[in-house]
Amino acid sequence: MINAKSLYQEVILDHNRKPRNYGALNEASHHAVGHNPLCGDRLNIEFNLEGQYINEIAFQGESCAICKASASMMTTAVKGKTCLDVETLIQEFRDMATGKLSLEDPHHLGRLTIFSNIRDLPTRVKCAILPWHTLHAALHSETSTSTEAENDPVQSSTDTA
Amino acid sequence: MNVINATVPTPVQAAREIESFRNDFPILKLKINEKPLIYLDSAASSQMPQVVIDRLVQYQTSQHANINRAVYELSEIATSEYEGARRKLQRFINAREDREVIFTSGTTDSINLVMHGYGRKFFKANDEIILTTLEHHSNIVPWQMLADETGAKIRVVPANEDGELLIGEYKKLFNERTKFVSLIHVSNALGTINPVKEMIAIAHEHQVPVLIDGAQAAPHMTVDVQDLDCDFYCFSAHKLYGPTGVGMLYGKAKLLESMQPFKGGGDMIASVTFEETLYTTIPHKFEAGTPPIAAAIGFGSAIDYLLSIGLDKISDYENELLNYATEQINDLAGVRIIGTAKNKTGVLSFVIDGIHPHDIGTLLNEEGIAVRTGHHCAQPIMQRYNIPATSRASFAFYNNKTEVDALIKGIHSVQKVFS
Repeated sequence: MINAKSLYQEVILDHNRKPRNYGALNEASHHAVGHNPLCGDRLNIEFNLEGQYINEIAFQGESCAICKASASMMTTAVKGKTCLDVETLIQEFRDMATGKLSLEDPHHLGRLTIFSNIRDLPTRVKCAILPWHTLHAALHSETSTSTEAENDPVQSSTDTA
Repeated sequence: MNVINATVPTPVQAAREIESFRNDFPILKLKINEKPLIYLDSAASSQMPQVVIDRLVQYQTSQHANINRAVYELSEIATSEYEGARRKLQRFINAREDREVIFTSGTTDSINLVMHGYGRKFFKANDEIILTTLEHHSNIVPWQMLADETGAKIRVVPANEDGELLIGEYKKLFNERTKFVSLIHVSNALGTINPVKEMIAIAHEHQVPVLIDGAQAAPHMTVDVQDLDCDFYCFSAHKLYGPTGVGMLYGKAKLLESMQPFKGGGDMIASVTFEETLYTTIPHKFEAGTPPIAAAIGFGSAIDYLLSIGLDKISDYENELLNYATEQINDLAGVRIIGTAKNKTGVLSFVIDGIHPHDIGTLLNEEGIAVRTGHHCAQPIMQRYNIPATSRASFAFYNNKTEVDALIKGIHSVQKVFS
């Protein structure tokens, strides 16, 4: 078990306080709403594709610090990248968060590796993944997605009183 | 010799006495993140005392067989212990007869039993079912399923800002189409103790039966179903220091007899041919299949344990803890309690400015503190307060003021991380 406080580092807290690319675009070619019904997190992500490049992206919603920081850092990471590169990044982030990717393996995650410890907090993995999951849905023109059911990246938590 | 003085406990002695019950719970000696476990989530599921654990072991090592079937000695012992647990429950809630107590898998199962057994048999299109804003999802979703199927309508009693039901509004909901009232005794998300006796009496003026979801009430206060005059009452063992997988439904015998069975199978029949099945009498009509025998016997043992302490004593002590914690939290800047009803059990839901409950829960866990974070299976309450979630500390008699102090310190340290 890692010390959870080590996850709440200055970078994550800063992105939580001052999320980058927060808000809505005037027009968007792609958008999706992501929802984690277990904790009530809800994110709206939209972007514009110019050719194969994501040239504008924005997000907004109601979520915990992990989710908001993940979304904020994601938008800065994917801006200006091609769809293909973004798909790779989404896969790598999911694999890192679920412990399938070792940071010693080749990857393109850069500063996003700050989230690598989330793998030791199974109840919070979905918080970090939700933005990436939602971006994936938007890329594939699905307008809404959920961290549950067939999309479940990790074993479901329980829902009791 | 001064006998009177010797038997009147001083406050110090009383405190030591209630403190000693904490030692009955082996799990409370656990360490989490190298810190002593501070378990503040008994509203979700309470811990089990050694005496109940021992009872389960004793049953499993010397009394287990299937019940109601064979004529050999072990089966007779198991049957008699299982039926003995039913009578303990009967006495616990002061039911008239033991056949009015049905073992279910828990509160959710009990409500579903009434929905299927009573609702599906008697409700039709445009009949109305009254629920309240404070319901747990388990007392909303079954009725919605029934409404979808039959065309019945759901009406909802609103609550004020403190989390108290508006009884004036409740009275206005009744009309000739009202067929049923299903309401929570104590809110799991806010701790509000609803005036159920008064609400039952109002429903009965309109000849409407009432189900009370007592999952959060029975572990903390004396429940007398005859005094309440409720038509149905239900709760779970695992919130009452017993095992998971078992709960109970009380129903007035006449109502239970009028209902159709919920589940079909063995043990609930009088005779079966391929042309026709005749059902047996209550309570077994509603207990198809092999029940959770061990858990039911453990349920009975948990009730013995609870009664040995005394519910009045438990309620007084938990109230003292609640008041202590409420004062402490009210003193914290940036922290707001959700649910400030005058009558509450030991449930403290709170929000901290600018910090999401899930971050609070993760960081409190670092200190060994277990609180529940989320919507508490009561999303309509969250909508009522326009918040996505809360953090909830809930107290049992095995908690103490030192643990409340640790919670307050924990909240401070969470605020520090985010400052």
